[in-house]
Amino acid sequence: MPELAYTSSEIMTIAAARMLRDRMVCFVGIGMPSAAANLARLTHAPEVVLIYESGTIGSKPSVLPLSIGDGELAETADAVVSVPEIFRYWLQAGRVDVGFLGAAQIDKYGNINTTVIGGTYASPHVRLPGAGGAPEIATASKEVWIILKQNKRTFVENLHFVTSAGHQPGPLQSGARVINMDRQSLTGRGPLVGRGPTVVITDLGVLVPDPETSESTLVALHPGVNVEQVRSATGWELKVADNLKETPEPTDFELTALRDLHARTAAAHGSGTIES
Amino acid sequence: MAEVTSLREAVAALVSDGATLAMEGFTHLIPFAAGHEVIRQKRKNLTLIRMTPDLIYDQMIGMGCASRLVFSWGGNPGVGSLHRFRDAIQSGWPAPLAIEEHSHADMAARYQAGASGLPFAVLRGYIRSDIPKYNPSISSVTCPFTGEVLAATRALNPDVAIVHAQKADRKGNVLIEGITGIQKEAILASKKSIVTVEEIVDKLDAPMNACVIPGWVVTFVCEVPRGAFPSYAQGYYQRDNAFCREWDTISRDRDTFQAWMQKHIMETAGFAEFMQSLEPATRVSHA
Repeated sequence: MPELAYTSSEIMTIAAARMLRDRMVCFVGIGMPSAAANLARLTHAPEVVLIYESGTIGSKPSVLPLSIGDGELAETADAVVSVPEIFRYWLQAGRVDVGFLGAAQIDKYGNINTTVIGGTYASPHVRLPGAGGAPEIATASKEVWIILKQNKRTFVENLHFVTSAGHQPGPLQSGARVINMDRQSLTGRGPLVGRGPTVVITDLGVLVPDPETSESTLVALHPGVNVEQVRSATGWELKVADNLKETPEPTDFELTALRDLHARTAAAHGSGTIES
Repeated sequence: MAEVTSLREAVAALVSDGATLAMEGFTHLIPFAAGHEVIRQKRKNLTLIRMTPDLIYDQMIGMGCASRLVFSWGGNPGVGSLHRFRDAIQSGWPAPLAIEEHSHADMAARYQAGASGLPFAVLRGYIRSDIPKYNPSISSVTCPFTGEVLAATRALNPDVAIVHAQKADRKGNVLIEGITGIQKEAILASKKSIVTVEEIVDKLDAPMNACVIPGWVVTFVCEVPRGAFPSYAQGYYQRDNAFCREWDTISRDRDTFQAWMQKHIMETAGFAEFMQSLEPATRVSHA
């Protein structure tokens, strides 16, 4: 693989940032989603509305927050509301265009695990942080984008635990999902349940759900990555689109904006611990 | 009207062994000083409730204060895992820890229901999530008007809520500024409450629509400057990110953790002494 002038983390963040359009309303997860969303705001989408679950609406931080409730998110927000209000009036009511999430593990239907790995629920091998806002962000947002690094530990055939739901096998629903009522599995119905995951962005490429099966399908490779690399980083037999595209190279403008953002963040927080 | 007292007396009066205790502050205004005081008073068998059991509950769990944890996200924000929390769940150290987990939207709704005097909360939540399978406090209800099936979850009514805020006046009226999180709901949902504040002032001077909690719903108010350290208090001091990173090292190993807690919490008389016990570099950066 030829030497590139940027890292796989950088192209992942830049590819994700490009998808955010100006004036979109984005409910932002901490870490990689926050880096991509703020890069979009600092480049092509200055009017994007960033919502953080701590209750800040329209945050415009100059550095990446270390926690979901950093002071700068509040100081630069259009409005700061309580936690029940952010989840009820703003997320549940359907005012969010994009729920932007990270994940510890994902399956081919975009289901996410951030709860436990291995063992039993009561006595797991690895206890992860848990749900946070994700179960409702994943279903109430009009669409969901997921960003995570791709390897066999993160892209798995069977999840140990479904924390936040993606698609069910079968044809993809193009509009808001109407889910059959079922008291056992707590499924709801109504126009406010969104389309679910529409894209997964990784350090290797971009995947979108197949319209016939809802299964994540590789549709774009980042520069310098080949299909075999992606297959070997996927824990199931990966579907690949016929007209596979390549992610355009980062521009100097994008790379400079991202590196400046990280440099400011490192200076503000003491050292760079935020991924990508 | 809230009684103004010392944190030691407030904790001794309200937090008894076996109590259900909610300490809130959503990444901001986390009541660390009060958490330390519960540890110093060696409370046991507590049911600890908190949306984000970060460093404060990691310390309390590691010191054996809790037998049960009710939460929605357990990590060290921006840093990684909570090692004492994980050790308790994965290995039962220092004691087995039963857990009851929810989502943030659910926990917020449960506090609202508790504050509203309702038995349960309704939300469009947990659609096709595995969480309800492991949590009997999450059920469902059918809307009588539309037939929609919604998540129904048990209201929260803790014995005691503890929060930290910027200011109180001498009658115990409390002003919370910045990210207000779930603190107001936690106080109103609980039977008794303690609010630690940066300062007690003669006049609150709160803007008309500010988040003010009237003193007559608060049990005790305690003045504890910098009582949210290492989290932050908007308008007073910043979050100590270096400490939060250092916690990852301190807490990773059981012996290192115990030695640190012994030196900085058990052998200090209160929060001011705790702050003095930290390395000068850490103190200076937050003076």
